[in-house]
Amino acid sequence: MKKFNLPKLLIFVIAFYAAIQILYSTEIMNGYILHIINQSLIYVILAVSLNLINGITGQFSLGHMGFAGVGAYVSGTISTLVFKINPSSPNGMLIFILAIVAGGLAAAVVGFLIGFPSLRLKGDYLAIVTLGFGEIIRTVFNNIDYVGGPRGLLGIPKFSNFTTITIAALITIVVIRNLVESSHGRAMLAVRENELAAELVGVNTTRYKVLAFVIGAFFAGIAGGLFAHLLQMAHPTQFGFIKSVEVLIMIYAGGVGSITGSTIAAFALTFLSEGLRIGIRAIADATGLPIGGEWRMVVYSLLLIFIMLFKTEGLMGTKESKLIRLKEVE
Amino acid sequence: MGAIFNAQQIVNGLQVGSIYALIALGYTMVYGIVRLINFAHGDFYMLGAYAAYGVFFAFNALFVGKTGLMAFVVLIASMAAGGLIALLTNRLAYKPLRYKPKLSSLITAIGVSMFLEYFLSALPVVGPSYRSFPDILPRVNINLGNAVISNYVIIDIVIAAVLMVGLTLLIKKTTLGMAMRAVSQDKDAARLMGIDIEKVIAFTFLIGGSFAGAAGLLAGMTYPRIVPYMGIQPGLKAFIAAVLGGIGNIPGAVLGAYIMGLAETFASAYNSLIGEGIAFAILIVVLLVRPRGLLGEKFADKI
Amino acid sequence: MKRLSLILVLAFVAATLVTAQDIKVGGVGPVTGEAATFGVSTKNGVMLAAEEWNAKGGLFNNRKVRVIFEDDKGDPAEGATVYTKLIQQDNVVAIIGTVMSKVTLAGAPIAQAAGVPMISPTSTNEMVTKVGDYIYRACFIDPFQGTVGANFAFKDLGARKAAALFDIGNDYTKGLAENFRAQFLKLGGQVVAFEGHPFGATDFKAQLTKILAGKPDVLYVSDYYNDVGLIAKQARELGFTGPMVGGDGWDSPDLVKIGGNAVNNGYFTNHYAAADPRPIVQEFVKKYKAKFGAEPDALATLAYDAANIMFDAIKRAGSTKGSAIRDALKTTNLNVVSGQVTFDANRNPIKAAVIIEMKDGKQVFKTTVNP
Repeated sequence: MKKFNLPKLLIFVIAFYAAIQILYSTEIMNGYILHIINQSLIYVILAVSLNLINGITGQFSLGHMGFAGVGAYVSGTISTLVFKINPSSPNGMLIFILAIVAGGLAAAVVGFLIGFPSLRLKGDYLAIVTLGFGEIIRTVFNNIDYVGGPRGLLGIPKFSNFTTITIAALITIVVIRNLVESSHGRAMLAVRENELAAELVGVNTTRYKVLAFVIGAFFAGIAGGLFAHLLQMAHPTQFGFIKSVEVLIMIYAGGVGSITGSTIAAFALTFLSEGLRIGIRAIADATGLPIGGEWRMVVYSLLLIFIMLFKTEGLMGTKESKLIRLKEVE
Repeated sequence: MGAIFNAQQIVNGLQVGSIYALIALGYTMVYGIVRLINFAHGDFYMLGAYAAYGVFFAFNALFVGKTGLMAFVVLIASMAAGGLIALLTNRLAYKPLRYKPKLSSLITAIGVSMFLEYFLSALPVVGPSYRSFPDILPRVNINLGNAVISNYVIIDIVIAAVLMVGLTLLIKKTTLGMAMRAVSQDKDAARLMGIDIEKVIAFTFLIGGSFAGAAGLLAGMTYPRIVPYMGIQPGLKAFIAAVLGGIGNIPGAVLGAYIMGLAETFASAYNSLIGEGIAFAILIVVLLVRPRGLLGEKFADKI
Repeated sequence: MKRLSLILVLAFVAATLVTAQDIKVGGVGPVTGEAATFGVSTKNGVMLAAEEWNAKGGLFNNRKVRVIFEDDKGDPAEGATVYTKLIQQDNVVAIIGTVMSKVTLAGAPIAQAAGVPMISPTSTNEMVTKVGDYIYRACFIDPFQGTVGANFAFKDLGARKAAALFDIGNDYTKGLAENFRAQFLKLGGQVVAFEGHPFGATDFKAQLTKILAGKPDVLYVSDYYNDVGLIAKQARELGFTGPMVGGDGWDSPDLVKIGGNAVNNGYFTNHYAAADPRPIVQEFVKKYKAKFGAEPDALATLAYDAANIMFDAIKRAGSTKGSAIRDALKTTNLNVVSGQVTFDANRNPIKAAVIIEMKDGKQVFKTTVNP
């Protein structure tokens, strides 16, 4: 019998949360750093949920941000266009939470639809279909004037903050970790390792593949909703193929199948991309070289190549941190 | 409906398709041998266009009045640029990961693609701005009665056809081709047979990259505007075309590319606001009916 | 340990004393990614303006301006991060940026909440300045250019049947096309086709074939110059000989380089004519060419203007306080490259538009249209 190591993880998260809040309120840490942390946490949700589909179940999805887009638009529509709430309205927080969950559910429904092709298609063929779905979703947003079309859905109230995003990230990690360690998770791993063999030993591979898509899409939808309520807008271009690739990079840089890895990579790559802004400016100031922001992504892509060449299994491999590992109990 | 399905739209679709075909040929060939989605392939295409651009302006003065020769030199330059960079990329970024999980090579490929785009864009001599591509050959419009076709479209289609036939012959008739097929089917067995796998793979990248370079030149001539990010969309579309045709299958890539070109054209003509969405929907339906692409072979799953 | 901290404190104090002279202003634009060419023009325009002000001795009290320019990659999320960085980390007193409306709309609420005035050079979406009283822009809004273009096509060119082609993923080009259509219909014209193309497309023949089947008198193309060049070429190839009309996205030396003869018989609405004899225009074009080796496009010009408007406001405010700069912006009355600029109640510039004709590969001033 295994039991999830919740208290330790909870203590860690509470300590992390308190430390950030203290640093921020004493102005040792500014709003910029807090914003990067918020973004990192949203990427944690995206990366961990994509890891369930790609890393754990072994399906190759290239359209993850499409799910996030559904979450962003559905939750944004509910909060902004239907209820027209703002942070000071009564029941605002409640409606916000319901809107976010509704966004997640809508994304899950889309995930269910996209999960079906995975029954017939494998590997790169599935990748193309998920990519196509992502682009279709983008085309749809672009053409609905009610949600702004190419102008984007604007004026979304700013409900996402460090507290709500941390809670959502924690829930995502706990749920997906528990799932992976359950018999369902074992079945998903079996699908990844060898689908035919899994089928032969009685695993309902169809069901687990679709389940992975549904749950992965649900959390991606939550992340999309949080993102929309952080940026106060949603725009079709935010949910295209290139953005999906960014999340994909996180799970492989962190280590396929490792939730810890996805979490660390989400933080590391978000901070890296921001840190390079400051780093490159410092080099330019110190050396007088005429270099600017255009070199930031050059360095970023080189670092990415080096990570993959010298740490091929990703930062964590398939290992998990003690904080989210399950412990054996009598 | 007359404006949607007519001779002109078919010509339009064939033109779009032939550029996709040229990129897809290299894509599918590399995939067939190393089973790697080489995301940087679209960037080899971009490099081919830039190499042609640079060589044209550097040496144009020497070739006054010799348009044909200049065009040939530029073609060689673009193929050399695409091929050599592909070779280099294979050596530095893909070879060390050959026996590691396939997806780590995929992420590396994405990294290489990003690097090539951002690096050229940041490099002052290239820069991120659009450049107008010179008319290396004179541009002639041929009136077919109810459709207009430019000589470039004919050149694109002819070159795509020639390369496809050449590549098929190479693979079917030569020793190297036999080695390629052997590597694509079973690397370990091929090595036991005394085939130098790395040499075969390097050669594949060289050919695939040079095809992409040639495609870059033709695209630059047909759509006279180049930019470091020009490879992203066509690369993606060519990849999709290769998958549609059955990835690894040479005629399949060409077929897939023309279907993509025609589907996009008709979908855009039918409703341009959702044209891309329709094209992707068609793709999904086709793949659901033929999960291994149109000409892909059905393999039995192995345990 | 004590000594070390003392040194650190002293170094910090010294650093603040040295830099206190400089006034930090943020600049934002997509210098990487698929819109990089627009971001680089914008950066050039802002940097040129800053250099000129510093050569003249700074903004006020001999305090020079120091522009911290950040890349937003054309991505709203990245834009929000950059605005937060400039305001929270760099403590800029004002922001010039950014290029694309969707990114500006992610940044504007952050600037507004922090009370940092900002001016976008090129974000044409009407919603941008409605975010709040700290948000200004230097360009026209969507409806204006579309309306002017429709009037010109209908009245001056005598067109009765029009067609429009635009980028479906870009609200600027779609906004112009929609407003063109609305006005053209209002005038009693007929719009025979209203077609879009995806971002990054190079082949527009499917749409053009359909458009030309409706036999339009005029083709309204609200894209940027890079697409317009290809569209013009392909439209001519398919046999269209009529006039084409567009917006300020056409204004670039590259339009003719890409489109060649095909862009002749083209007209576009713009902020200024490069041949305008006003000294400020001629000076700017000359300096820009000398510094960057190319003629300025509309984005560089508007960025230069936006920077000058902002620097002028800081100078008149004589303060780095956000509210003081905002109040100074409100009373702007400045001669910039794109004309004499004042702001209306919605913080949009009131300035005339000019119509430029493309003739023999050159921009020729056609007429001025007052708002």
